[in-house]
Amino acid sequence: MKVAPAIEGARTATPGTDKAIDSQMNEILTHFKGEKGELIPILQQVQQRFGYLPEQAMKRIAEFVHVPPSTVFGIGTFYAQFKLVPTGRNIIKVCRGTGCYVRGAPKIITELENQLGIKDGDTTPDMEYSLETVACFGSCALAPVMVVNDKVHGRMTPEKAKKAIGKKSE
Amino acid sequence: MSFEEIKRQAASEWKAMQNSPIPRILIGTATCGMAAGAETIMEALNAELAKNNIKADIIQVGCIGLCYAEPLFEVIKPGKPGVFYGDLTPELVAEIIRDWLVGDNPRPDLALGTRGEGTLKGIPKLFELPVLKPQVRIVLRNCGNIDPTNIGHYIANGGYEGFIKALKMKPQEIIDEMKKSGLRGRGGAGFPTGMKWQFCHDAPGTVKYIVCNADEGDPGAFMDRAVMEGDPHAVLEGMLIGAYAIGASEGYVYIRAEYPLAIKRLVVALKQMEECGLLGDNILGSGFNFHIKIKEGAGAFVCGEETALMASIEGNRGMPRSRPPFPAQSGLWGKPTNINNVETWANVSAILQKSASWFASYGTEKSKGTKTFSLVGKVVRTGLIEVPMGITLREIIYGIGGGIPGGKKYKATQTGGPSGGCLPTSFLDSPVDYESLAAAGSIMGSGGMVVMDETTCMVDVARYFLNFTQSESCGKCVMCRLGTKQMLDILQDIVNGKGRPGDIELLLEVGDAIKNGSLCALGGTAPNPVQTTIRYFRDEYEAHINEKRCPALACRPLISYYIIPEKCQGCGICIRACTSEAIKGGKRMVHVIDQSKCAKCGTCLDVCPAKFSAVAISSGAPVKAPAEPVPVGGKA
Repeated sequence: MKVAPAIEGARTATPGTDKAIDSQMNEILTHFKGEKGELIPILQQVQQRFGYLPEQAMKRIAEFVHVPPSTVFGIGTFYAQFKLVPTGRNIIKVCRGTGCYVRGAPKIITELENQLGIKDGDTTPDMEYSLETVACFGSCALAPVMVVNDKVHGRMTPEKAKKAIGKKSE
Repeated sequence: MSFEEIKRQAASEWKAMQNSPIPRILIGTATCGMAAGAETIMEALNAELAKNNIKADIIQVGCIGLCYAEPLFEVIKPGKPGVFYGDLTPELVAEIIRDWLVGDNPRPDLALGTRGEGTLKGIPKLFELPVLKPQVRIVLRNCGNIDPTNIGHYIANGGYEGFIKALKMKPQEIIDEMKKSGLRGRGGAGFPTGMKWQFCHDAPGTVKYIVCNADEGDPGAFMDRAVMEGDPHAVLEGMLIGAYAIGASEGYVYIRAEYPLAIKRLVVALKQMEECGLLGDNILGSGFNFHIKIKEGAGAFVCGEETALMASIEGNRGMPRSRPPFPAQSGLWGKPTNINNVETWANVSAILQKSASWFASYGTEKSKGTKTFSLVGKVVRTGLIEVPMGITLREIIYGIGGGIPGGKKYKATQTGGPSGGCLPTSFLDSPVDYESLAAAGSIMGSGGMVVMDETTCMVDVARYFLNFTQSESCGKCVMCRLGTKQMLDILQDIVNGKGRPGDIELLLEVGDAIKNGSLCALGGTAPNPVQTTIRYFRDEYEAHINEKRCPALACRPLISYYIIPEKCQGCGICIRACTSEAIKGGKRMVHVIDQSKCAKCGTCLDVCPAKFSAVAISSGAPVKAPAEPVPVGGKA
């Protein structure tokens, strides 16, 4: 069996069954009053907990803040932070900001795509890694930059990128 | 405790720290510092101090702006000026502790410069260095100097004095002072701040809101992040003053979720304000109530636009609406709302503390004060800078930035992010202010300044920005939604070698239509990167379209890597490095790249030893290399 490399900050909780999602939703919603203005903060909590927005969670939220499910779905698709499909335990984000772009971010992305065997936006079949590119982390002076889970890595090279995701250099 | 007592206590604690008998080490732990490895340096520092049995205070500070030298720290030995050391490694930390704290050698060979009273032989004064001398620090006054999680440090350095002064003034007097200072919105558009406040102040209604726009979305810009991480109280004090002047009792900081550390720092700062009686009901016994909430963005560039931002706070999709009504009349939940950017807020208390005329003494006739920029891209000294308005691009890039690395030639500077433009060499001596940048077809923007050299393809840069705006368009206005897609498709074709005559004219035409047909600034400025690059670098567009050639040798579909037979020594390094197995050849045989297999990743160029420099790129012409490996030296 393949043992997943230990990377700091990997998400441990899995969404689990419908029932498990329901009970976790109960817990999340106790922190809110049910106002429309809370919609995005609630979705952010759900995203953080599950790594994506499960359909049944969105329906629950719609009832909770008294809006149609379509409104919740509309917000879920509008903002880049929200995912509608499950993501991997480790989230790898590569910056494609201008500073990173002119300093070689495309090479970092290509290297990671090759290493993980997935394209930008995808998740490995074993649900270990998701690869994303983001607009800008605001660490442009250390370009190119990538973030593994919540740890920021600066002045990347394809070789350093490989190491950052726990792959040994050959 | 009254504010006077808090202030006295903060001042005495600050003084005690300055006169402390044990050394102090200030380490930059903003996101930049962390990305460069500040954590490892802290561990090494603690280990070395313990090993040498030295007691020292380690203080985590924000970004001083010398990001190129990160990780860095300042070592302050009692009675001596502070010494800055950059590009630290655990080994260097050990040497510095051994030589300067245990011994008496400040290691001029490693030191960047000194700060504070006194001099050390062989080490320049930090603020006399070319990178810092032209800078004027108003917004960044405390960044890198104080512990951002300690309100006492802020207060001991004049913090909340501006607000105390404001409480003794009439709201109209504060607004007049802002108008007199000439401060203009630092988020990009440059609207006079005092006037904006006046509109909201004059709007009827008892419930009004204040918003801090911290949705710093421009790729290549991080000024606001650095201010919030390094000196959060400067921003919050500005909001406090603005709320008092306008008559608002509730405020929001709308901050992008990509800035977790800045959010953390703001949360800590808000709690401290409450503890000191600077936030909540009846602030400092004045009868003035003000509360601040933090709203995290969810990753949408368009939410930097004020009406979209308000929609997002209300829990909706962040889609802009038409103005009027302006937020000052009808903003958040239909109430009068005043929105300013992080940097604008950070200027406010400094203006009240020192005076409007002091602020207006910096800058040009119509652009007063200073501006922060994130100086990044192909420049030697990347970092966060703050300069008086009106300074020239040349002074910034060659003076502060130290020029272009690797002996390459300067090509352009991009200001204003996806809304801005690329300024060619002919603008190097133009002043940097709102008017001059607009006249050049760009904008001041929020302060991203990306330097590009001869290896950057301007058509590709335009495509890059269009790709960004196209995916960030909220979709409300047809011209923005579909027009940016059309422009992107055309640009995509051009960089892929499928450009057609007439494409340039079509890009210009569609660009004008998008500008005219969009509600908000996202669409209104999206064509700028394309239009300015066509204006100043039309020859590059023509080379791509007519000759299928990329002059910067950057666009992958238009270039070929090849090995120069006269230079190749047959060492095999590139063969082993090539991930596409596209290089043929054996020992002492000139290597040959199989163009049909080559992925054009450039690895061979990077790994070929500099003394051989045998890998080259060609564009628009067939490569000059044999088809099969031949012996090195050309003799069969």
